Amino acid sequence: MNPLFGRRALRTLSDPAPGGRSLWQDARARFFRNRAAVASLAVLGSVAVFAVFGGLVTPWNNEQIDWSMLGSVAEEGAPSFANGHYFGVDEVGRDLFARTVQGTRISLAVGIVGALISVAVGTLYGATAGYFGGRVDGAMMRVVDVLMAIPYMFVLILLMVVFSRSILMLFVGIGLISWLDMARIARGQTLSLKNREFVEAAVAIGVRPRRIVLRHIVPNLLGVVIVYATLLVPSMIIYESFISFLGLGVQEPATSWGALIASGAGQMQYGTLWQLLFPLFFFVVTLFSFFFLGDGLRDALDPKDR
Amino acid sequence: MIAYLLRRIAVAVPTLLILIVVSYVLMYAAPGGPFDTERALPPEVMANLQRKYGLDEPLAVQIWRYLVAIVTEFDFGPSFQYKDQTVNEIVAQGFPVTLTYGAWSFAVAVLVGVSLGIAAAVRHNSFLDYLAVGVSVGAQVLPNFVMAPILTLVFTLWLGWLPGGGWQGGQWPYVVMPVIALSTSFMASIARIARSSMLEVLNANFIRTARAKGLPGRRIVFRHALKPAMLPVISYLGPAFVGMITGSVVIDVFFATGGIGQFFVNSALNRDYPVIMGVTILTGALIVAFNLLADLLYAWIDPRIRY
Repeated sequence: MNPLFGRRALRTLSDPAPGGRSLWQDARARFFRNRAAVASLAVLGSVAVFAVFGGLVTPWNNEQIDWSMLGSVAEEGAPSFANGHYFGVDEVGRDLFARTVQGTRISLAVGIVGALISVAVGTLYGATAGYFGGRVDGAMMRVVDVLMAIPYMFVLILLMVVFSRSILMLFVGIGLISWLDMARIARGQTLSLKNREFVEAAVAIGVRPRRIVLRHIVPNLLGVVIVYATLLVPSMIIYESFISFLGLGVQEPATSWGALIASGAGQMQYGTLWQLLFPLFFFVVTLFSFFFLGDGLRDALDPKDR
Repeated sequence: MIAYLLRRIAVAVPTLLILIVVSYVLMYAAPGGPFDTERALPPEVMANLQRKYGLDEPLAVQIWRYLVAIVTEFDFGPSFQYKDQTVNEIVAQGFPVTLTYGAWSFAVAVLVGVSLGIAAAVRHNSFLDYLAVGVSVGAQVLPNFVMAPILTLVFTLWLGWLPGGGWQGGQWPYVVMPVIALSTSFMASIARIARSSMLEVLNANFIRTARAKGLPGRRIVFRHALKPAMLPVISYLGPAFVGMITGSVVIDVFFATGGIGQFFVNSALNRDYPVIMGVTILTGALIVAFNLLADLLYAWIDPRIRY
């Protein structure tokens, strides 16, 4: 017998099995191969750092007015390191860097809260409807249909008008609409999951329906849910910016990207373009990154699309 | 088909009822009333006014009356802010404007989007394809309230080609920017959907058969591939319509076109509840009707669908 062959055979047998790669490891490898997605993650990371720590870099905050700028914003308010206004000042002399930091915080918070609510409520709702099927499903999804046919933006504005425009109300309003799409997606996935063997096995050994939904269905939905949650963040940010652009969202002195874009746009005929371009840049770059991140995650987690 | 239509209407009616009731309750809960002025009226006068307009009755009775007025007379009541106008008059004033540029935007979004998507799919991996993908990815992050300032900056402030706002009875220079601003992001979405579904259809077996028969490419695309490829586009038309109605608010405010959106935002800022409610309910009705239409179109194009 060829000694080499024998030894190699022996080693293969004695080595531990080459540990199988889990689904998540696979997904991670796929994700990191996607350069656009990784770059987006880095960009989003820096935007988050900007939002959290940006306030430490400047002595100004979002409501302080630099009185020396008053009346001469167009001439002296341009971005400069010399006078400490890195992004310039806005039309009443407030530091735009500080305001952008604060606006970024609100916009990101709205996006993330919306996504979290949609994951928590939408997933459970959809999974429950899909798992129980029949009349329960019909009734639960009919509710979603009805809610979806409502012109949410108008109702949201109505809410903001009636219950004073606070950030809390904004979150509530965004939360009310964000879970609908997720519920549909989760239900669709659950319908295809619930007849699989592992669910059948769980039913056979007498696991309660509630536990089946929570422990067996929901974890299997996670991949799809994460992808759609990522894609939901930008649309939540767009909703909020839309309302704030109209002046019906966040209230002064607080601000958000939409409000900053609106006030920058209102000033552009005076040549103070930085007031429009800085918020616009953050808005566009962040949204871009979320879309690419979502695409990357979909390629990594949703095996159907490959 | 008729049964399906009836069932759809059976969902639509409660939707609108819920919308009406919820908005009335919200308004009822809100602080401030129609007769609040800077100087408070004597309580007796106030009570008389309230009685005259039925505002002292229980909430359920008020809602019922509001509902009856809408259903039987299409009457949404008077505006609080524009003292001499009813909600109907305000809507009638703004609606033609919104309809004009809204219809143009919808047409542009669908026609340009579908053509771009089909062209990209037919010339898969060509320069045109990359251009279409690039445009549709880029336009995703350019919602109307981002497009509007950018367009104004370029075409009004820098180039001076187009007026930065106003309507002037709908002369074309005043319509161009609202239409572009409103349609761009939807055009991009439609192009993306049309491209991917067209690609899928073009790889289907029946298209290969058509090619094998020696049919000319143009005929394959337009006679065989177009219909099935349009189905996903049609199911996106509903959301696109909703998005455009919503977006028109930004357009009206930014370009001062005088459409419904401008009245809506003014009312929202001034707590003019009847106008807010009237616009919300009318929009809801429009959306429900349009979704119904889109579903019927879908069923007509795809006879495989059974309800």
